[in-house]
Amino acid sequence: MTIVPILVLALGTFAFRFGGTLLRDRITLSPRVRDLLATGAIVLLVALVATSTLTKGHAFAGWSLPAGVAVGGLLAWRKAPFVVVVVAAAATTALLRLAGVA
Amino acid sequence: MRSIWRTLDPGLWRGVLAIAAAAAVNGASFGAIAVAAGNPLWVPVAMSVLVFAGGSQYMAVGVVASGGSPIAAVIGGLVLNARHLPFGLAIGDVVGKSLPARLVGSHLLVDESVAFAMAQKDPERAKAAYWACGGSLFVAWNLGVFGGALAGSLVSDPNALGLDAVFPAVMLALVLPALKEAGKLRPALLGAAIALATTPFLPPGVPVLLALLGLVAVPRRTGTPETTDATGVTA
Repeated sequence: MTIVPILVLALGTFAFRFGGTLLRDRITLSPRVRDLLATGAIVLLVALVATSTLTKGHAFAGWSLPAGVAVGGLLAWRKAPFVVVVVAAAATTALLRLAGVA
Repeated sequence: MRSIWRTLDPGLWRGVLAIAAAAAVNGASFGAIAVAAGNPLWVPVAMSVLVFAGGSQYMAVGVVASGGSPIAAVIGGLVLNARHLPFGLAIGDVVGKSLPARLVGSHLLVDESVAFAMAQKDPERAKAAYWACGGSLFVAWNLGVFGGALAGSLVSDPNALGLDAVFPAVMLALVLPALKEAGKLRPALLGAAIALATTPFLPPGVPVLLALLGLVAVPRRTGTPETTDATGVTA
């Protein structure tokens, strides 16, 4: 890979980031639209959770990954500290893989 | 202005650092993979500093390594990163007003920093969480990538350590409280269903963008009388 595709990807990505924050400042949003944008961000984040938990590429990710995320999610729901959520999710998935679960 | 250090409680800092540690190992894996695919050391390093979006970096290196064109790699990466635009629209306030703050702050916009900011109730805390998370991840990710590119195949498979479970688990923990708010759960579930149903057929990144269609499930009005629209106040 050469420097040109890296720069194009970097500039394009920065344009998305910067453009979003700039637009937020330039346009006056009604509370209704502001609420919709916040909901939109939550929708995107939940979709990221769903796809990165259940899929790898175009296919099902296997059981060990969703199992680890479920353990982490359950702990978060029971108000466990963040570190515990992170370590428990990774450890569950790692141990299941060690045991031969896909 | 209160310092970020004092605005955030120790529990939140520990959370940020735990994610940063996972990002460093993930970065080391990216650095090693990129070098193993035949790229010189500077390629993963420059990419991580300039692009700073892990998913698109893996994709770009992977597309080129498997014989794809650099143009396809760039387009794939940009589609994957298009979600940063609506993210910026949603959390633009926490980045800051001055041009330097906005330039640097925009670059630190990643899924995790957005989720951390949105999980805070008070704007001051949201701002502190955003910068703490984005900054820590930037340092950890880039150090990890540099180390991994130097060490080669030190971390050959981060998945054996279960590190791929860290990202979704962290995001889930951060969005859980927001899902209890009125009118958030149904659009989120519909969006996730749309993303999952389309993942087998569409290029990476597109299903997550399509999830925004879940916004049709937002209730028209959050159970308030008609006068609220005239005053511009919604409950």
